[in-house]
Amino acid sequence: MNRYVERLYNGVITENPTFVLMLGMCPTLAVTSSAINGLGMGLTTTVVLTASNMVISAMRKMIPDKVRIPAFIVIVASLVTMVQQLLQAYVPTLYAALGIYIPLIVVNCIILGRAESYASKNNVLLSVFDGLGMGLGFTFGLTSIGVFRELLGSGTAFSFNCMPKQFEPITIFVLAPGAFFVLACLTALQNKLKLPSATNQNTDHTISCGGNCGACAGTVCAANHGIIEAEKAAKKAEQIRIAKEKAVQKAAEKSQQEKKEE
Amino acid sequence: MQSLILIMISAALVNNVVLSQFLGICPFLGVSKKINTAAGMGAAVIFVMTLASFITSVLYKLLLSPFDLTYLNTIVFILVIAALVQFVEMVLKKMVESLYQALGVYLPLITTNCAVLGIAIINVQKEYSILTSVVNGFGTALGFTIAIVILAGIRERCEDNDIPESFKGTPIVLIISGLMAIAFCGFAGLI
Repeated sequence: MNRYVERLYNGVITENPTFVLMLGMCPTLAVTSSAINGLGMGLTTTVVLTASNMVISAMRKMIPDKVRIPAFIVIVASLVTMVQQLLQAYVPTLYAALGIYIPLIVVNCIILGRAESYASKNNVLLSVFDGLGMGLGFTFGLTSIGVFRELLGSGTAFSFNCMPKQFEPITIFVLAPGAFFVLACLTALQNKLKLPSATNQNTDHTISCGGNCGACAGTVCAANHGIIEAEKAAKKAEQIRIAKEKAVQKAAEKSQQEKKEE
Repeated sequence: MQSLILIMISAALVNNVVLSQFLGICPFLGVSKKINTAAGMGAAVIFVMTLASFITSVLYKLLLSPFDLTYLNTIVFILVIAALVQFVEMVLKKMVESLYQALGVYLPLITTNCAVLGIAIINVQKEYSILTSVVNGFGTALGFTIAIVILAGIRERCEDNDIPESFKGTPIVLIISGLMAIAFCGFAGLI
């Protein structure tokens, strides 16, 4: 049982997709203009993520390795279409509010990322809990950013008035630029407190995309992963070599000094 | 003709794809360290997005719509875009070596760029004709290129500036994007 709880904890806290992995930036910026939209988007993604993890994990032995990415995309796209139609039928207000970002769940890097790194290697039940944890973590992230923006931008939270009357809403926070500012302050805070996050790790790589695969939606460029790993290994080897050389030099100097003293 | 120009300007400037619709944020933040690479990425996006809007719109008009299969559009579009990017890469490699050298690295990054799929779906939702879709796709990609090149220019200048320790790296890039978004809000009065 512990392994399942650990999956949930991992998704919500240790590897929170919004705050730690910094994945799915497009919906994070776009739909968090109010808390309720953030919550709706988060829950929709959770449903898709859990179902896709389940299906992909169940089919992991049937899917040939070479065509796995297209296969994953088809599975995710079918699930997204189903969820989209359900939302359109039963929650039309949310459907209208989220608009184009519902079909775009297909290209949300969290979903393909989890399929690739977890569901295709683990059993069904564990994958379901992984999807649930990641989805809830994403929901938590979106909702808290949404509450923050709504509070500053229109003085409400979940459409309830909760600011004093003197408070003048700073409308820019519910507009497009506000999303960037809120996220900038969040990442700056993470830098300041040295919290674990994809954005405050050093990503000085020679490859053109910057090499920050943690925050990248491209799954085709997996070759770049190899390049980065090789670069890292080479750097490490170089450091070890330099350290060894220094040690040898020191030893030589020491022995010389000893000889002189003698 | 006039309406086409209006659609193009509105796609490129007023409803800028990155700064007001938040599509394609990942390459926008990731590939904007240098003006050269940003321009290369922009060119690749213009190429792929124009082609993708044309093909998805043709498929929608001639295949999905007549057979009442419009609910399949997300699945069909994402597959077509993924296949298209691979195909373009192969063709460029064989036929136009120089263009491949310039754009090759950026092509795989575009496949899952949400802006490309986003434009295909917006074209369908707004019920644009094939020509209008192509113009809209081109305008949107142009808007992406403008935004990413400006960001790269500002980032290059920021290199030597005295930025507070905690804001170094991603935070300052997001602040710059936010200021650019405010500037682009000004275009709203254009139409």
